[in-house]
Amino acid sequence: MVNQSVELFEQELSHGLVRARGITKSFGEGDTKIPVLKGVDLDVAKGEVLFLVGPSGSGKTTLLSVIAGILESDEGEVRILGESIHDLSAAEKTCFRRDHLGFIFQQYNLLPTLTAVENAAVPLFIRGMKKMEAIGRAEEVLKTMGMGERLKAVPSKLSGGEQQRVAIARALVGEPQLLLCDEPTASLDGETGHRVVEQLCEVGKHPDRAVIIITHDSRIFEFGDRIVHMEDGQVGQIQQGQEDPI
Amino acid sequence: MNFVALKMLFGDRAKYMMLLAGLTFSTMLIVQQGSIFWGLMTWSQSGITNINAPVWVTDPNINQVEEIKPLADTAVNVVRSVPGVEWAVPLYKGVQRARLRDGNYEQIALVGIDSSTLIGRPHKMIEGRIEDLRAPDTVAIDQLAVKRLGGPDRMHLGTTFEINDHLVKVVAIVHAQKSFQNFPFIYTTYERALGVTPQERRKLSYVLASPVEGVNPEELARRIREHTGLGAYTEDQFGWKTVRWILENTGIGVNFGTTVVLGFVVGMAIAGQTFYLFTIENLRQFGALKAIGASTGMLARMILLQSFTVGLIGYGLGIGLATLFGLTAGSGGRLPFVETWPLLVGVGGALLMICSLSSAISIRKLAKLEPAVVFRG
Repeated sequence: MVNQSVELFEQELSHGLVRARGITKSFGEGDTKIPVLKGVDLDVAKGEVLFLVGPSGSGKTTLLSVIAGILESDEGEVRILGESIHDLSAAEKTCFRRDHLGFIFQQYNLLPTLTAVENAAVPLFIRGMKKMEAIGRAEEVLKTMGMGERLKAVPSKLSGGEQQRVAIARALVGEPQLLLCDEPTASLDGETGHRVVEQLCEVGKHPDRAVIIITHDSRIFEFGDRIVHMEDGQVGQIQQGQEDPI
Repeated sequence: MNFVALKMLFGDRAKYMMLLAGLTFSTMLIVQQGSIFWGLMTWSQSGITNINAPVWVTDPNINQVEEIKPLADTAVNVVRSVPGVEWAVPLYKGVQRARLRDGNYEQIALVGIDSSTLIGRPHKMIEGRIEDLRAPDTVAIDQLAVKRLGGPDRMHLGTTFEINDHLVKVVAIVHAQKSFQNFPFIYTTYERALGVTPQERRKLSYVLASPVEGVNPEELARRIREHTGLGAYTEDQFGWKTVRWILENTGIGVNFGTTVVLGFVVGMAIAGQTFYLFTIENLRQFGALKAIGASTGMLARMILLQSFTVGLIGYGLGIGLATLFGLTAGSGGRLPFVETWPLLVGVGGALLMICSLSSAISIRKLAKLEPAVVFRG
């Protein structure tokens, strides 16, 4: 009986990529202390695209930052690929992010003086890869995103949708196991946003990779496997993809 | 990431040019002022370096080479009697008045050297023979005297003019380092110098001496001081004594020092502020790099590379511009401009400090930067 339970647990672990348990996080001190996360539990499986939705201030971004090892939670534990993020030193967390995580930001955060392909290659430069090799790999990823003609353009010459595609290429170029996206369509018009997320899910979806997307944009829910609603620092309703959002 | 750092630096043209201009200006100002200062100090020692004697024997209370306190005529023989002296000869040095053919007067620095050995003669001849000074009523003049006493058309070999109503004839034109007072040098023999100058009880300005083999100039100077009670210095010691006196008794050191400090401060202010602005404006991008996996150490190395790259370019440009200034404004010895390697090394060190300090401000900001900043829309 015990052996059966252990096997089930190990099986679960082999499919689970992110396992967060009892995450709490507050900002401020004393009377001004504001609890933002109130004991959040969350599992994300390999190959899954998970949307994290909820009103402003519900704790979505804070949860994403804790999962990424950018913010330290007050209590609870986050395991990614079986590794406890809390047990890592600051330098180890930086290396962990470099080797296993990919990020897509709302404001793109591309380096303004680098071309599209150079921006996409930045994570590989950080890993110490040689310039030509890194540029070659970034070129391949950008081409799969339909950016083959805009490789040499600097961000100021790219449209919002193109910039976000470069940011997606930058997040994927290092082949991360976990892709974290913070409102990737917030700065785009509805149609462009829809197309960008469609591409993100096409290119980013992989049996060994999980994608977590924070969004307010209900039009893109169709691309998610699960939609997790957050409210007041807690996980509320969980929907399977394709269901009508409430 | 070196490539990324350099593209970030060169890509922001306005800030790059601002940084470069600040560091170039700073380097140029420090090198230019430092070179003029050292040029002036070189001129101030020309009374010593033009003579080229191992040991100078002076009045014990002398402060600098132009402050002449004549010695008793017997001093030459007294010095010769000190153990370790190979030779000792008299030297006259004083400011006199030359009367030109057109009736004008010009102040000159008259140097009387030992007639038998001609010790103290200038190193470099332009025209004529210095040995011709042994002929009656003859002088050798330097290139400045040619210019001041009428120009090359009127002042050449064979020209005559008067020194204190004594007619003298030019038999040689020599090259001499300009003096601090900027008087032309006129060389003649010691005996003739005494003859053309006004009557005084004592006229022996200095005794020049040389040590025998096995005794160094420092040791000989020490022995002369001990045995005679006179002042005695090696060429180097006398030169530095003169420089020290000028620094302590004139505003030159403070003046040039202030300008050099100003150059440092201006460079520091421009570089520091521009670098800080550069960091602040790219804070989100740096935050993104941190989130993606760039360590603070990696970002610090990027900032330092940017800073030292622009510093190196500014250093080269600044030195180039200062040298160009020296070659044009200082050509023909019009301006005291001596660019020395210790000055260039010192300026390099100052620039290194400017770059390090201005980088440190930015690195401090980046070290405190939380990558979570990129998740705040």
